[in-house]
Amino acid sequence: MKKVYINSIASISPQKTFDNTIFLDEIIDYNDTVIFVQDPDYKQYIPPAAARRMAKGIKMGVVASKIAMDEAGIETVDAIITGTGMGCMIDSEKFVSAIIDNNEQYLTPTSFIQSTHNTVAGQIALGMECKAYNFTYVHSAISFEAALLDAKMQLENAEATHILVGGVEELGEHTTKVHRVINHIKPEAVTISEVLNSKTKGAVFSEGTNFFVISNQRRESCYAELVAIETFNTLQKDRVSEAIEAFLKENNLKADDIDVVVFGNNGDVDFDGFYNQLSKGIFSKTQQVFYKHLVGENNTVSAFGVWLASKILKTQSIAEIVKINKINPSKIKTVLCYNQYRGQNHSLVLLKKC
Amino acid sequence: MNKGVAITGMGIISAIGNNVAENYDALINEKKGITRVDHIETIQREEIMVGEIKFTNDELIAQLNLSPENNYSRTAMLGVIAAKEAIADAGINDIKKFKTGIVSGTSVGGMDMTEKYYYQYLTEKEPQKYIESHHAGDSTQKIAEQLGIEESLVTTISTACSSAANAIMLGARLIKSGKLDRVVVGGADCLSKFTINGFKTLMILSDTYNTPFDENRKGLNLGEAAAFLVLESDEVIKAENKKVLAYVKGYGNANDAFHQTASSDNGDGATLAMEKALKVAGIKPSEIDYINAHGTATGNNDLSEGRAILRIFGNEMPEFSSTKAFTGHTLAAAGAIEAVYSVLALQNNVIFPNLNFKTPMKEFSMIPQTELKKKELNTVLSNSFGFGGNCSAVIFSKEA
Repeated sequence: MKKVYINSIASISPQKTFDNTIFLDEIIDYNDTVIFVQDPDYKQYIPPAAARRMAKGIKMGVVASKIAMDEAGIETVDAIITGTGMGCMIDSEKFVSAIIDNNEQYLTPTSFIQSTHNTVAGQIALGMECKAYNFTYVHSAISFEAALLDAKMQLENAEATHILVGGVEELGEHTTKVHRVINHIKPEAVTISEVLNSKTKGAVFSEGTNFFVISNQRRESCYAELVAIETFNTLQKDRVSEAIEAFLKENNLKADDIDVVVFGNNGDVDFDGFYNQLSKGIFSKTQQVFYKHLVGENNTVSAFGVWLASKILKTQSIAEIVKINKINPSKIKTVLCYNQYRGQNHSLVLLKKC
Repeated sequence: MNKGVAITGMGIISAIGNNVAENYDALINEKKGITRVDHIETIQREEIMVGEIKFTNDELIAQLNLSPENNYSRTAMLGVIAAKEAIADAGINDIKKFKTGIVSGTSVGGMDMTEKYYYQYLTEKEPQKYIESHHAGDSTQKIAEQLGIEESLVTTISTACSSAANAIMLGARLIKSGKLDRVVVGGADCLSKFTINGFKTLMILSDTYNTPFDENRKGLNLGEAAAFLVLESDEVIKAENKKVLAYVKGYGNANDAFHQTASSDNGDGATLAMEKALKVAGIKPSEIDYINAHGTATGNNDLSEGRAILRIFGNEMPEFSSTKAFTGHTLAAAGAIEAVYSVLALQNNVIFPNLNFKTPMKEFSMIPQTELKKKELNTVLSNSFGFGGNCSAVIFSKEA
């Protein structure tokens, strides 16, 4: 089996992460319940006329994929695999509301065409003229991890050399309203320093995208080795530590071998316990970091966790703003990411320094 | 030849039957399931024909013994019915005995409930339970729960009308790589106003029975269905002394990279997908005995797919047919129901007819198999193509 490497990264998030030369040097504070991305200069990457026709998710996805391709220094890939939990919400909402508002009359196809979950992956392929394998995973909080796992299997078996993998999520206005109604969104605005201790239900919702070129060749630009991925549709709270230890054991590791653990805490009082028990438990002596206070919560935001882990491994530095505790490891060799959403769809991603 | 992945069980519900036996009976007796739509209130009713499953949601809830508080979308309920049949067919009593996952394809997901309660969600308490069943992964999550699959790999693919074919592909890869011992693969999609009106705006819905590969084809009939296959590793087959129904022998996915919704004139993506599938199977085109074509009966698909098939098979064209005239185009589920039909074809050495065909297309001289035909079959190729240029081909075989 071949080893698999993360050779490039790209992130468009509520922080200024689209520039790979910096690493959370400047933090943008928010005081809100829904946050949007810091836009890169889309014109640099796509003609304005084309950009106008694209919903936010498509635009972000296409641009992030280009940033990742540029950094990896490659022109094409052997597969494009994306994850999106909610898909193209903006066009879906446009089409559903048009159906209802106009009683199924006077409809035009554009929003229907672009509402399909695989629109982003299809548009990237179209733009790159890439006729390769093209998949889209749509399974809530593990959508990105499923894409990553698919890519990893193909690379390990040498069915592909370079694969573009990404997660993308856009916000639909109506969907946001609807999620407020069922308390999945925080009742009151919180600043980034308050999120973790907000003691309220729900999360700060967000949009964003993260793309990676992963390969079975280590390139100059390499960030990390992608060692293992595991997802769980269900996992009871009291089973999490055990599941993580079993996962680490399969990779010949113990909890103590992890230099940095990346948690998906989003400040939801009902579900942060999944992480807190590990903070106090098997990872109490491990440097813990989190990121959702900076970039919010969405179905593929765990890809930002992988982005953060990749950055940490490559730069061997950890921004203070993401630290939960202060262990400050001198060398960072192994990083584990753990995420879940509302107690379901748990994921573990294990990375090593390359 | 490369070794295939064993299929040990299958389940299906479609417009032509509520289980595998009923579907087979309809296929060999030319009983199509295309009617006017009864369970969705739509102003398009008199203008379209659909492949609808004639159970109401309440009847499905009763069949599945769900509590009145349940928040199952129709997609989820259809999926559970088909997946349960597949598990029973595979003789699985203890789902936890081996590492078992599920990969499902869907495009509609919970849209049926979203379009029903879109504005009510904001004001009425009762329908709010369905908010969480909108996302595409929800139906799969519920199928897993109903099957008792826990702490495992459960995921969903949405690549439009090739979704279920791609779910089969990922499942085969998961077994081959040893990630899972057993995986339930397939797809589910229910009819919705969203898709009815979406395809209507694209002007590719037929107002009468769809006629795949016919010169005068007028478009597709939408359908709803769910189907699942159980794939198991060689170790499980051996340990359990399992009967194998057929094998997933080859698979390929490629992108047409031509247009968001239309297929390229020459079917580049489709050609590539079939080539890859043949390569994975390690067989030559001449070894394919029957093609279950995507054949949606749209002007664009049948021409593009026909040309792609010609490019691969040339003068060695095996019999081919589209079963869409029976079931309608069941979108994300199509690859799964046609996988079941491909396995049935292998098991019974029979080629299902391409109904409603009269006039050959003027662009080429391809004539589909229009009558039921007995023929010794060893390998069947099944095509599924979707929006976003997504093209998939899966090869099923009798022998490993």
